[in-house]
Amino acid sequence: MTKNILLAGFGGQGILFSGKFLAYEGLMEGKELSWLPSYGPEMRGGTANCSVILSDEPVGSPIVTNPDILIAMNLPSLDKYENAAAIGAHILVDSSLIERKVMRDDVDAHYIPATRLAADNEMSGLANMIMIGYMIRKTGIIPYDNVAKTMEKVVPAKKQNLLELNKKAVELGYNYK
Amino acid sequence: MSEKVLMKGNEALAEAAIMAGCRHYFGYPITPQTEIAAYMAKRMPKIGGVFLQAESEIAAINMVIGGASTGRRVMTSSSSPGISLKSEGLSYLAGCDLPALVVNVQRGGPGLGGIQPSQSDYFHATRGAGHGDFHMIVLAPSSVQEMVNLTFKGFDLAEKYRMTCMILSDGTMGQMMEPVTLDMGEIQKYDKSWALTGTKGERKPRIINSLFLQPDELEKFNFARYERYKKIEENESIYEEYRMEDAEVCIVAFGVASRVSKNAIDKAREQGIKVGMIRPVTLWPFPKKRFEEAADKVRAFVSVELSMGQMIEDIELATRCRRPVLLCNRTGGMIPTVENVLEKIAEADKIGGTR
Repeated sequence: MTKNILLAGFGGQGILFSGKFLAYEGLMEGKELSWLPSYGPEMRGGTANCSVILSDEPVGSPIVTNPDILIAMNLPSLDKYENAAAIGAHILVDSSLIERKVMRDDVDAHYIPATRLAADNEMSGLANMIMIGYMIRKTGIIPYDNVAKTMEKVVPAKKQNLLELNKKAVELGYNYK
Repeated sequence: MSEKVLMKGNEALAEAAIMAGCRHYFGYPITPQTEIAAYMAKRMPKIGGVFLQAESEIAAINMVIGGASTGRRVMTSSSSPGISLKSEGLSYLAGCDLPALVVNVQRGGPGLGGIQPSQSDYFHATRGAGHGDFHMIVLAPSSVQEMVNLTFKGFDLAEKYRMTCMILSDGTMGQMMEPVTLDMGEIQKYDKSWALTGTKGERKPRIINSLFLQPDELEKFNFARYERYKKIEENESIYEEYRMEDAEVCIVAFGVASRVSKNAIDKAREQGIKVGMIRPVTLWPFPKKRFEEAADKVRAFVSVELSMGQMIEDIELATRCRRPVLLCNRTGGMIPTVENVLEKIAEADKIGGTR
């Protein structure tokens, strides 16, 4: 089975980091995978996106054009990628930054006010990981039990003080009703 | 044995160079290869190596000439516009018969171009890296693992044949992360009796030079060099095949284009089209023999590239133009989609022909 995941939003929202989290999770499960960031000026503002492919087979093209899972963290990203999502895809929307609803009816749309939740819980900057937690709940592509171990691997040694907060952010998203 | 780690292509390449014994890196930053320099800057001082950010690409390649003259494993890396600047040095390296590894993580051109991935330095790498009669061995990785393996191999081939080996990569390969194994095995040792290591007053000085004012003398060196090239063409060409057993249409692609093509081939096969791929890993020497054989069996070739058909010439030469070669390409930093390739496969499949 192959899952094509596209994460998209503003530069600075931690899009690449949340993609990295998924990639490390795949690595720890012994999956085939690829992680491809957009690079260049968009990293310093403007739209940023990240293609992650998790698969049981060797990965062909690392570029996700028709995502099975789309995480949209700003309106331009939803506008740009909504129609590209595969039929039956999960589209996860940060509803505190995107006012409109998903317009397609052949996909599973999910809404979570991740950025507001992050601010309310003194986790500013961690809306990305709240989205990941929520995505794990809605799609089941990753066993929730693996989160803590993967996080220990993906949070760099110099930033270990942020480890617990990242875990909490995933937990918050996972438990969001 | 060794554990798989997750690394960016550029960083994995840099680590592989260190594992291959490279302790002298000279570079100048340019997107999308800067991670190579950044990685070297971090690692080299810790292992007693040299990381030097030169004042320009030209300075860096000339430092490579100096370092290579001492018989050490040296490298530089850049991206397309920076590689153009190094052209003079590439010619001098060839003229001096010096081994070196040069990495080109290509971006769109010509001119300053853009920063998105490209393969449009194909001609530069395989034909015209600088003035004079010479070639470089050109290796084209199509995964992060190959960024590692071919770097290791590149140093080896460079020393074995005393010439420049170029890793011709692209922005996608440099920026993407994939699981890699860094276990590369033994480093082969080669004769270095030509290297400038200091006479200590005990032997005759050695000379490394590319200036020969007597034309017959220069000709002799060029002839000898091309004898070596002939051996390389016979022994060192590498390619990988994908679903070629019964293929009637043959995709030719390297780097990220080959990754996109794999998806397209799988989809086309589901539609009953007999299509496969020959992926050249060495772009020079181009795996001519395999293409000559393939031309007996397939009806058409499709060159999938991030350039304006630069590889077509090699395919047509290798197959003596016996089969049509179609082009599926994007350029300027764009990448062909799976659908683009599928369309071309369908078009190629309609071409009849004697078999």
